[in-house]
Amino acid sequence: MKKKPAPINPRKTPIPEQAPGIRRSNFEEVSLGYSEEQARQEAARCLNCKEPKCVTGCPVSVPIPAFIQAIKTGDFNKALAVIKSANLLPAVCGRVCPQESQCEMLCTLGKKFEPVGIGRMERFVADWAARNSAVEAPVPEASTGRSVAIVGSGPSGLACAYDLAKLGHRVTIFEALHEPGGVLVYGIPEFRLPKKIVAREIEVLKKMGVELVTNAVVGKLIEIDELMDKYDACFIGTGAGVPKFMGIEGENLTGVYSANEFLTRVNLMRAYDKEAFDTPIRRGERVAVIGGGNVAMDAARTALRLGARETIIVYRRSEAEMPARREEVHHAKEEGIIFELLATPVRILGENGQVVSLECLRMELGEPDASGRRRSLPKKGSEFRIPVDTVIVALGTNTNPLISRSAKDLAVNDYGYILADENTGKTNKAGVYAGGDIVTGSATVISALGAGRKAARAIHAAVSGKNDRSRGQTS
Amino acid sequence: MFLRAVVKFLVMAKILEKKLIRKPDVFSYELDAPRISRKAQPGQFVIIRLHEKGERIPISLADINPAEGTITLIVMAVGKTTTELSGFQTGDEILDLCGPLGMPTHIEKAGKVVLVGGGFGVAPLFPIARAFKAAGNSVTVVMGARSGDLLIYEQEMQQVSDRVLITTDDGSKGTKGIVTTALSREIAENGADLVMAVGPAIMMKSVSETTRPFGIKTVVSLNPIMVDGTGMCGGCRVSVGGAVKFACIDGPEFDGHAVDWELLMLRQKAYKKEEQESFEAWKQRHERMLSKERQPLCE
Repeated sequence: MKKKPAPINPRKTPIPEQAPGIRRSNFEEVSLGYSEEQARQEAARCLNCKEPKCVTGCPVSVPIPAFIQAIKTGDFNKALAVIKSANLLPAVCGRVCPQESQCEMLCTLGKKFEPVGIGRMERFVADWAARNSAVEAPVPEASTGRSVAIVGSGPSGLACAYDLAKLGHRVTIFEALHEPGGVLVYGIPEFRLPKKIVAREIEVLKKMGVELVTNAVVGKLIEIDELMDKYDACFIGTGAGVPKFMGIEGENLTGVYSANEFLTRVNLMRAYDKEAFDTPIRRGERVAVIGGGNVAMDAARTALRLGARETIIVYRRSEAEMPARREEVHHAKEEGIIFELLATPVRILGENGQVVSLECLRMELGEPDASGRRRSLPKKGSEFRIPVDTVIVALGTNTNPLISRSAKDLAVNDYGYILADENTGKTNKAGVYAGGDIVTGSATVISALGAGRKAARAIHAAVSGKNDRSRGQTS
Repeated sequence: MFLRAVVKFLVMAKILEKKLIRKPDVFSYELDAPRISRKAQPGQFVIIRLHEKGERIPISLADINPAEGTITLIVMAVGKTTTELSGFQTGDEILDLCGPLGMPTHIEKAGKVVLVGGGFGVAPLFPIARAFKAAGNSVTVVMGARSGDLLIYEQEMQQVSDRVLITTDDGSKGTKGIVTTALSREIAENGADLVMAVGPAIMMKSVSETTRPFGIKTVVSLNPIMVDGTGMCGGCRVSVGGAVKFACIDGPEFDGHAVDWELLMLRQKAYKKEEQESFEAWKQRHERMLSKERQPLCE
């Protein structure tokens, strides 16, 4: 008689988390991650489809069923190798990827039940490897004598550097801030992505011989043309740019932050530890965060952890249209963040230069716009005020002009984003490649990683084909 | 090798010479910064971070010496970070030095250029004056202090300008009065094609108000609170002619007649509570510089 397989659990194996009431006042990571047993239990839910849809939803095509099968058999090293063949930063992506709109959205199991917890398992594999010191820097191939300059040490730059270094090219990363990691360090909070995880990845690059130059603002200290004099190729991955503001009355009052500033002060400059670190931050009592993306969730939950009594997310559409990861919205709600939906700010009121309230208009949803999300329209005469002392604007960014101002022959579009080939990252300037948010506008960590890798492949092909090597050896 | 040099010179910045410029708390720091010195132009600034737990603060360039591979900063110990810096000695290293940042001063042949310095503003005016002079302008520098012994950079300014007009409140040196007194007289007697002011916001505002009726182009160098200095955070936003500008990438220099001074001064006070000690000192300095009853800054 054939043995009947155990029925599939319709729900994802729950991931242990800090209780909301506790975590809302600390900066420790929210999710604690799967144990080996939990990971194997979740792996058992995977149907190992012949034509896995999940892979097509992944911007870097991680062979998802293959790594899950390795988890099932307890071969976590193999699982890591499978993931790393496509994704260099599983510890990061397992935590910050919007799985519900990528791999997990297409999971076959998800048609009937909750999809397989792919992100949670990816994270488990990476953390398991780190705990068991199985993470070793790959030994680069023999030196090719070629060199590549990488501008920016965020996700796209790190990925590009990793692949090129592995292939034996000499890689130098130029970072404008004093610490490498880009948005992974200044933007994403500790409670969602601990800094030590990013530091670990950077250590791997250093072990591979990648050189990191901090405090180097390309476009100010060094021009792209100067880099091209000294290197065989250059990759620009400078990321998201200058913060957008709404242009409403009161936006420059004290107590109004861009999310970038608020998060940079807390994350990069560690303002949450005011005893030890010098950078000041306002610890608002009542904080409004404007926007519905991940950055808005991060800012709101950060404000809460700094001691806000009430933190309110103000978003002009409904929850269904929110671009934030579902998990972040869920976590934010659990922590007591208030959602003021279908509301748009019209002005910020102040007294003696300090914010006292945010005036909003009620919105209603209309027809879908170009992005497919339903347009929101203001209701006349529906003004209402939310008393707050701090306002954080998290509405995305415009392009940073530093590089395009200094490299005038680099082609950009009307909004200032660098024009680069989707498959190779090639720009109009010979030897210069670009990828990540500076090309696509605000997107995800994983798509930036993908762009960095594609560019690495194209750069490798281009510099390897160079016969005469007249540059790269600098005094 | 190029890369080693980059790593060495960008990551840590050695203080080659620290000098006391004015008793007891104004120092100049000549820093080993070959690559920055090759790129830096008058009107630009750097951001420093003293140690692992330090904040990032912007400081104007008081001198640029590409031949020696150095830059010079002049800093008064007013707050926590600047006081901490004053404890650094020749040979010590600053953990992070980032620059040059901001747009350089637009140096053109304007004709009669009057440069007005108040407080620290005198220091960054030095390379600016030199550049205007080299561009063939007639350069007049107006600099003020409470009394003669509190003036800094007087001799240096003499070297790079045609005339230096000094004002002191107590009349111990130069004309008795404040910088705008001398500026008004200079405009009345000799006219001016371009005025530039660097210093505390309130002084730059007064200079802009002084020149406004004459329609003289007036450039000011704004000093809002900054974090990254590369346009990423927007903390340094200012309003100029009704438009929001980021001082770090669009400035720091703007048309003084178009600047919303109240807003700048408001935003400069954003962390008043948090930086109480340092900010109180900074404010007192403004008051001392402009009020009638000034107390001695140092003895």
